[in-house]
Amino acid sequence: MLVHEYLTFHANRHAEKIALICNNNSIRYGELDLQSNQMANWLISKQFQRGDRAIVFLPNCIEAVISIYGILKAGGVFVVVNPSTKSDKLLQIISNCRANVIITNSDLFPVFTSIQPQVVSINSILICDRNNKTNLSPQVSLFTDILKESDHLPRVPIIDLDLACLVYTSGSTGIPKGVMSDHSNITFVANSIISILNNTDNDILINALPLSFDYGLYQLIMCIMFGGKLILEENFYFPAVILKRISEQRVTGFPGVPTIYSMILTMDLSPYDLSSLRYMTNTAAALPVSHIQEIRKKFPHVTFYSMYGLTETKRTLYLPPDQLDIRPSSVGIAIPGTEVWLEDENGNRVPPGGSGELVIRGRHVMRGYWGDPELTAKRYREGPIPGERICYSGDIFRMDEEGYLYFVRRSDDVIKSRGEKVSPVEIELVLYELPDVKEAAVIGVTDPVMGEAIKAYVVLHNKTLTEAQILAHCRRRLEEFKIPRMIQICDSLPKTSSGKIHKKGLS
Amino acid sequence: MTIENQIRTFINENFLFGDETVQYTNDDSFIRKGIVDSIAILELVMFVQEAYHIKVQDQEITPDNFDSINSLAKYIQSKQNLETPSE
Repeated sequence: MLVHEYLTFHANRHAEKIALICNNNSIRYGELDLQSNQMANWLISKQFQRGDRAIVFLPNCIEAVISIYGILKAGGVFVVVNPSTKSDKLLQIISNCRANVIITNSDLFPVFTSIQPQVVSINSILICDRNNKTNLSPQVSLFTDILKESDHLPRVPIIDLDLACLVYTSGSTGIPKGVMSDHSNITFVANSIISILNNTDNDILINALPLSFDYGLYQLIMCIMFGGKLILEENFYFPAVILKRISEQRVTGFPGVPTIYSMILTMDLSPYDLSSLRYMTNTAAALPVSHIQEIRKKFPHVTFYSMYGLTETKRTLYLPPDQLDIRPSSVGIAIPGTEVWLEDENGNRVPPGGSGELVIRGRHVMRGYWGDPELTAKRYREGPIPGERICYSGDIFRMDEEGYLYFVRRSDDVIKSRGEKVSPVEIELVLYELPDVKEAAVIGVTDPVMGEAIKAYVVLHNKTLTEAQILAHCRRRLEEFKIPRMIQICDSLPKTSSGKIHKKGLS
Repeated sequence: MTIENQIRTFINENFLFGDETVQYTNDDSFIRKGIVDSIAILELVMFVQEAYHIKVQDQEITPDNFDSINSLAKYIQSKQNLETPSE
């Protein structure tokens, strides 16, 4: 089945059931199905064709979900972009995927207009929350225009090998790379996770992670696949609001990242009835064992799943909950229907007890990076069967005697800040834009709330800049999760014998 | 200085780092304007507790109280009135 066919399937089964609640608005399965048909027909009226890319530059909201499913129904490829993305990064993404359409709102529209003269591919713009077209170009449509379109499902002949989405993630160079997923990749891995979590249409999930982040996006995709209800939150800035929502909506499934769990663990949970929760998941970065133990104490009735994944294969490993007390620091085994192994630097398989790079085989191995065959060839290599591709994760794991895996380290210096990948190079390049910056080195330092917090060391030519001025510059240029938490101005940085900055000497 | 101006000064110095290109009114949402993130909200809570000697309860950390200068000033004043012992 195609990703969007699950929506139509459940709409036919229970059109009246609420599919989604967001910001006190809700939408039923039937309405979501018909409005996404209207979105698809609007796209087609704008000459949007099978395989074309459309940018969804919105915070978590109902319109973002209608857009995602509408783009799929039009045979297109959706690209959700984090709403805190600044204009130059948005330009890089649009230029890379040559999107024809951008769907946004009035708050974010100026971010796009500032780069519009440089964007040649976009021919249609949709602003979701405006009611009039005063002072807008003819390229711009409003959501009210969508609702005038036919609500019949357009006939677009696509198969499950067609691309469904690009998920942009930071590479070690700092230039965003778009991981290509086809319909079969997505439905395969979503079904595998659903089987682990035993989801049914009685489940109610809450998601406060951005839909631009694959962990957040798959909460939506999975929920529509099993016909559940999704409580979509814009962010996790106010944990008390989320806890209240869990209690009011009788939420059963909670996906978190270490930052979110750290915040919850410091709170008094007694005002909230959290008895409806059936399971919690953690992925994106390792949760300290002490936190896992505290979560189990605070939520004794909840099944906790430690997981590991990377955008290039979506979810990859999970620890069966019955192993949590036996090996709490493990992230487990391959998800159902897939296999993994460890390889040493010479490509030999590492036996149990050893460490090596995690190699992943299965239908969740995505289709590569959009427009980057070189990087694709590095990450995705030929597998044991001719024509097959397997994924080299770049992450080093240890395997115990029973075959359970433990994350050791990344093989590059990418930082995981609040669960999302951040390239130190990208931040260093932003720091070097300041004329007074002579040298810059960015590292991740362990932080109880952030997982890793970003710390920047800076050597100045003339010492005209203050830490606050450097941070203000970063704030203007970087998404919020990439802004350093600490800036240290120093006289010099440690160097290797070849004169390169020696980051291992920093802490 | 009014509470509103004290909050604005704190935000300008600690979240905007003196960046004057970000313009916002006392009613603008910190989140919609991209001024705060989850860590900044925690810092804002600590600022309120220390500067105004208020105990902020977890369940009071909501957008109704912490998402604009005016809503935060109103919250601080209501807490101060509540915590000032009557004569």
